[in-house]
Amino acid sequence: MAATQEEIVAGLADIVNEIAGIPVEDVQLDKSFTDDLDVDSLSMVEVVVAAEERFDVKIPDDDVKNLKTVGDATEYILKHQA
Amino acid sequence: MSKIRPSKGAPYARILGVGGYRPTRVVPNEVILEKIDSSDEWIRSRSGIETRHWASPEETVAAMSIEASGKAIAAAGITAEQIGAVVVATVSHFSQTPAVATEIADKLGTDRAAAFDVSAGCAGFGYGLTLAKGMVTEGSAEYVLVIGVERLSDLTDLEDRATAFLFGDGAGAVVVGPSDEPHIGPTVWGSEGDKAETIKQTIPWNEYRIGDLGSLPLDSAGNVKFPAITQEGQAVFRWAVFEMAKVAQQALDAAGITPDDLDVFIPHQANVRIIDSMVKTLKLPEHVTVARDIRTTGNTSAASIPLAMERLLASGEAKSGDTALVIGFGAGLVYAATVVTLP
Ligand SMILES: CC(C)(COP(=O)(O)OP(=O)(O)OC[C@H]1O[C@@H](n2cnc3c(N)ncnc32)[C@H](O)[C@@H]1OP(=O)(O)O)[C@@H](O)C(=O)NCCC(=O)NCCS
Repeated sequence: MAATQEEIVAGLADIVNEIAGIPVEDVQLDKSFTDDLDVDSLSMVEVVVAAEERFDVKIPDDDVKNLKTVGDATEYILKHQA
Repeated sequence: MSKIRPSKGAPYARILGVGGYRPTRVVPNEVILEKIDSSDEWIRSRSGIETRHWASPEETVAAMSIEASGKAIAAAGITAEQIGAVVVATVSHFSQTPAVATEIADKLGTDRAAAFDVSAGCAGFGYGLTLAKGMVTEGSAEYVLVIGVERLSDLTDLEDRATAFLFGDGAGAVVVGPSDEPHIGPTVWGSEGDKAETIKQTIPWNEYRIGDLGSLPLDSAGNVKFPAITQEGQAVFRWAVFEMAKVAQQALDAAGITPDDLDVFIPHQANVRIIDSMVKTLKLPEHVTVARDIRTTGNTSAASIPLAMERLLASGEAKSGDTALVIGFGAGLVYAATVVTLP
């Protein structure tokens, strides 16, 4: 079953918490991964790999750089999840 | 049909001694910053690298190998004449033929040992170790010298900010010999040639023919660029943290070793962030010593695993008899992982 927007944000919050140690409640749609959440370009690769597994999506390297905010990633996953 | 007598090898093989050589010149990040727009902080946080060693003209691939090998042979308690084969893993020996292994075998004083080079990028040491184990157990050599050696400073574009800070030079060597007990586990290895483009030499040698030079790229001083290693950093990072953790796990499973049984983890020293991520994914317990030689050695490709092994043993962080998981991965893409007992 496809995940809802809330489920995706909650899932991303868990992943970012696990990888960058940011409190889950800080992970909001408008937050930028690099500027607000301490997720640098390499941690972002780890976030993407974890999100791919969790939400059954493929996120190619070329698309990763367009995912600047939690909202961008959520929208991408909503649109592409199997 | 005549019956052919088979060769007779040892029941098992083990690493009997390790040696390393690091060039005398230590290069801090400040030197790298002279040519690229970056910062010490960025380099440390993205790669873990603080310093690396760069070889002088005298510190050739052969010279560094001979230094490292001498130590490995002494540590193994054998003499050079007992060595039946010399396997050199490298991508930075610039004379295409003959193999550098023959010069090394000769200068070390082996008795005409079989000698050849192996091109398997950062997995070269694991490939060489696997060949050595086969030779010892099959009987074509009693003792095999496996060397990983690189002068990657020669293949680094110092004006490329994606790679200028990564690479270093050095040599590491091990002696593999007979054993009554298994001390080198099954190798999990392979290649993914569909990803060949993700790490490669920028310009093939045959494009340097006189007459064709005009089409080659120039550096900021207007000179024709020398070939360098280039990579798609994010793609390689993704492959390394995700796929290589699986290969490492397969090597543990194949050897019948659990993370709890493990004492030491020596992954290829490509990037401290890859190492940290693998440790997490493999759920290695606190007691496992993890090699992070990258900090002061940089990425030395085929040399990185034996160099890291030598340093852990020399510093006392690891000890003889410890069970270690080693995994190499890199240009090809290729990989090789196995569990070994440290010498
Ligand atoms: C090389 C590596 C450290 C680069 O890190 P990266 O995060 O992929 O770098 P990117 O090129 O995506 O750049 C990310 C950001 O850092 C900047 N940057 C790149 N190189 C930089 C440098 N040397 N100094 C400062 N900033 C740099 C980029 O401009 C970019 O900034 P932006 O987001 O504001 O545009 C990393 O990809 C890596 O180690 N990959 C694995 C490679 C490897 O181990 N290979 C060998 C295997 S054998």
